[in-house]
Amino acid sequence: MSIDISNSASVDIDHLAKLSRLQLAESEKFKLQGQLERILNHFRALEDVDVSGIEPTAHACDVVNIWDEDEVAEGLTPDQLETIAPAFRDRQIVVPKVVDDA
Amino acid sequence: MNYEAVIGLEVHVQLKTRSKMFTRVATGFGAAPNTLVDPVILGLPGALPVLNRHAIEQSIKVGLIFESTIPEVCKWDRKNYWYPDSPKNYQITQYDQPICVGGSVEIELPGAARNIMGEHRYIQLTRAHLEEDVGKLTHGDNDSLVDYNRAGTPLLEIVTEPVLTSAEEAVAFLNSLRMHLTAAGISDCDMEKGQMRCDANVSLRPIGSSVLGTRTEMKNLNSISGVKNAIEYEIRRQSRILERGGQVVQETRRWDADSGMSTAMRGKEDAHDYRYFPDPDLLPVRIPPATLQRLRAELPEAVFEQQRRYQSQYDLPYTLTSVICYDHHLSKYFEAAVAEYPEGAKGIANYVANELQRERSAAVGEGMLPMEQVKILPAQLAQLVRIVDGGKITKQNAKEVLSTMFATGADPVGIIRELGFDQTTDSSELESICREAVDANPVAAEQFRAGQAKALNSFIGPVMKATKGKGNPAVIQEILRRILAGQ
Repeated sequence: MSIDISNSASVDIDHLAKLSRLQLAESEKFKLQGQLERILNHFRALEDVDVSGIEPTAHACDVVNIWDEDEVAEGLTPDQLETIAPAFRDRQIVVPKVVDDA
Repeated sequence: MNYEAVIGLEVHVQLKTRSKMFTRVATGFGAAPNTLVDPVILGLPGALPVLNRHAIEQSIKVGLIFESTIPEVCKWDRKNYWYPDSPKNYQITQYDQPICVGGSVEIELPGAARNIMGEHRYIQLTRAHLEEDVGKLTHGDNDSLVDYNRAGTPLLEIVTEPVLTSAEEAVAFLNSLRMHLTAAGISDCDMEKGQMRCDANVSLRPIGSSVLGTRTEMKNLNSISGVKNAIEYEIRRQSRILERGGQVVQETRRWDADSGMSTAMRGKEDAHDYRYFPDPDLLPVRIPPATLQRLRAELPEAVFEQQRRYQSQYDLPYTLTSVICYDHHLSKYFEAAVAEYPEGAKGIANYVANELQRERSAAVGEGMLPMEQVKILPAQLAQLVRIVDGGKITKQNAKEVLSTMFATGADPVGIIRELGFDQTTDSSELESICREAVDANPVAAEQFRAGQAKALNSFIGPVMKATKGKGNPAVIQEILRRILAGQ
């Protein structure tokens, strides 16, 4: 197993923090960037494995078609929902104001 | 320079299932907020998704209708983004192995007039993938409210190639999609209820060029007129920019139906940022050929194929087939009635497309009475048409019989008797009534004998009055001609 340092993974920590909605201090950014890059480089070891002749798969289990018939089951009651919602008003879950841009 | 538009559509269709895509809590529209939720919908820790078999089979049917390839294996991926309409912070979708690949949708463009068939075209599909719908946000001044009832509803995203060239084609595509999917019971495609939603990618290029211009994505097109107006607006906007020598900016724009304008939305995260990866909670789906065969056998006849068959088999004009075939409720009704009286197809088609539609429209203030609530059974309509075709009542009286049938659901025979529409069969009585009419109007008799064929009508009114409308006009004319010829 060898890791090609010159081609090692680089992590854009600011971008990643933004996507994750995390506010990081400069020291945290520095620390996490190093850790994430080491993790990614660790996984690069997989690139050395010879996979020729192996069929690609999306899942570790060789099982397909795990499904239910389309029959309705009970859900949560509004009361149950209210007890677990961080904030609840007019039977709806209250979240910080968001701009509808999805 | 002259430009042409290149349009691609992404149409989201909610599948008609009882339960949601990845959990069995009920689907529905109009329920009290957050009553159709469970731990899977809310993305609570430990909750695991389980596929809805019916949703998968309905999606395969969509592919079969439009002759897509159904890959043997499809799989599930997570599309990661942070937004409260999706409490897991990812949407389960299909990224690189969708359920349907390719195919095409036959569309009909508007004809020169309502009674003239328009040009037909085939619109190529890129793919269709199955995913989950998201919740609904209501934005307030200080916070936002989320209702997760819609979240997790099976949603099929149907993507076209960039091959449409006008707003009319986009509308025709949506209409065709709606007709085919409602006929197969796959979706109700009601845009007002959000069951069918459309995004449009629009770009312009110099006519004849094969290079695609910079495109914009139009969102929030939630009605047919919205789709039409937004695409037309965007084509105008982009051509103004290009004519001034400017450049179109690649962006997402939101259509505002009230102002009739679109505005740029905040920069969208690119595809890369969605960090798609296979969902470890869900196993792939493998579709054996036998399943495809079974599902294909369940499909209704394709809309335009049925229309072509009606035209050749029953000799029905476009004015009738475009009413009956474009509404699967009517075509099913028509088929059932024709099964009772196969020789009467043309008469039945006329009653279904004209009289029945008129009654349905008159029965409610706006729109049409739903076919499920129509009291006349197809067999009863066939019976009425058989009576009319047999010359036993006049067409005028048949309309009144139909109205009574529509109101009561009673058999035509009883109504005809009650209304006294049984036509006078006593030919000697009819003959003497005709003779009286001729004697009472010697001037018209002379005119007719002198070659004025129209003069015959002068006698028909008095005869009909004397028979209280029961006389068969064809028979009366025959008797009158005989009397006037001096026989």
